[in-house]
Amino acid sequence: MTTRVQLEIFEGPLDLLLHLIKKNEVSVTDIPIATITEQYLATLELMQSLNLDVAGEFLVMAATLIHIKSRMLLPVAGADDEEEEEAGADPRAELVRRLLEYQRFKEAAEQLEQREVLERDVFVRCAASTERPEPAGFREVSVFELLTALRRVLERLPKNAVHEVTLERITVREKMTLLLDMLRSTPQVIFDALFAKLKTRMEVVVTFLAMLELVKMRAIRIFQDRPGGSILIERAKAPEGAASLVPAEPD
Amino acid sequence: MEREELKSILESLLFVADGPLTLQRISDVVDGVERSELRAALEELQSELERRAAGIRLMEVAGGYQMRTAKRNAEWVKKLLGGRPPRMSRATLETLAIIAYRQPITKAEIETIRGVDVDGVIGTLLERNLIRAVARKEVPGRPFLYGTTQEFLQLFNLKDLSQLPTLKEMEELAPPVVESEQARLEGED
Repeated sequence: MTTRVQLEIFEGPLDLLLHLIKKNEVSVTDIPIATITEQYLATLELMQSLNLDVAGEFLVMAATLIHIKSRMLLPVAGADDEEEEEAGADPRAELVRRLLEYQRFKEAAEQLEQREVLERDVFVRCAASTERPEPAGFREVSVFELLTALRRVLERLPKNAVHEVTLERITVREKMTLLLDMLRSTPQVIFDALFAKLKTRMEVVVTFLAMLELVKMRAIRIFQDRPGGSILIERAKAPEGAASLVPAEPD
Repeated sequence: MEREELKSILESLLFVADGPLTLQRISDVVDGVERSELRAALEELQSELERRAAGIRLMEVAGGYQMRTAKRNAEWVKKLLGGRPPRMSRATLETLAIIAYRQPITKAEIETIRGVDVDGVIGTLLERNLIRAVARKEVPGRPFLYGTTQEFLQLFNLKDLSQLPTLKEMEELAPPVVESEQARLEGED
């Protein structure tokens, strides 16, 4: 028998079964189990031959179908007393129940999709994402990536055994302001370029903290093109508002 | 307060609000006006906008009132905003539908209905804030029970969960062949 199998992406074994039932124009409640099982297995074979990943659930269903098929072949009468009740019931019943249940939700999902979906059919004010899109090829960086980058910077610092002790006081707050000023003239700064200029461990750490603080305030955003790749610091949407967020320096 | 004046105030409030405004919130602001009066004014505003096929409509969503663009203008709005509308896969939609109708529900229960693993989908839905864990089921392993959020109602333009279309009854989908079987199964529940 030649089965022309449409290549659809099936959501799961139940979805595939419903598809086969519909294709054969048979009733869910009276499934010609032999035909459907055959077509089901043929579809799995095709999926496998196409190197599609056939999830375990599909195989479990295949086993279920074969089991039902074999039970259908058994004579109803003459079963053991214990199994009498079970044998009396249609072996397909449980499968039918599951198919109907799944079908209900499949239809419910279709109905949901037909509603006026926000940002597809209807829009609210400021529906456009309030944040600017990420630079092409970049995604927002994780804290772990930032810490890795910080470690790199710290390792690069000159390890002078002898150093003068100058009490240079830089506060996180000052660095925040400096960083924002910098971003006002150049909207994007490369992480490495920013830290390359810094000479002391103290300055690196303070700058790093200032950067984190600004991210927390949503004044800046930090992106990376790939794990371990270059990190980009970008001004967030409202630099003026953000600048005023930096608390005034107490005397 | 004159009805026209009230409607004008309401229109302004609805315009600046960044989410659906509940009647409670409106009545906190426009104090001294009966709720029934507010509701009547809102309804009038709603039908006026409908009548003149306005570009914005007043919708009842997620337990409140919200100004939304008219569906017929979607293409134009999309052109202005750019970007692609978020598409939802069938897996996501089906899972969301199951949660919406059967909440609170565990992941395992969803998987029983869909017949496939829903780990990834649940993650996506949580990320998009369309569902949330509402409690834990007191069974071994204490799995999370999931329910839908306000964002879900907003996304699908629903006033509340009761507005979900009623699920088709099993009997409607199937002739009564399995009725006895079904009764037996339901009795077990």
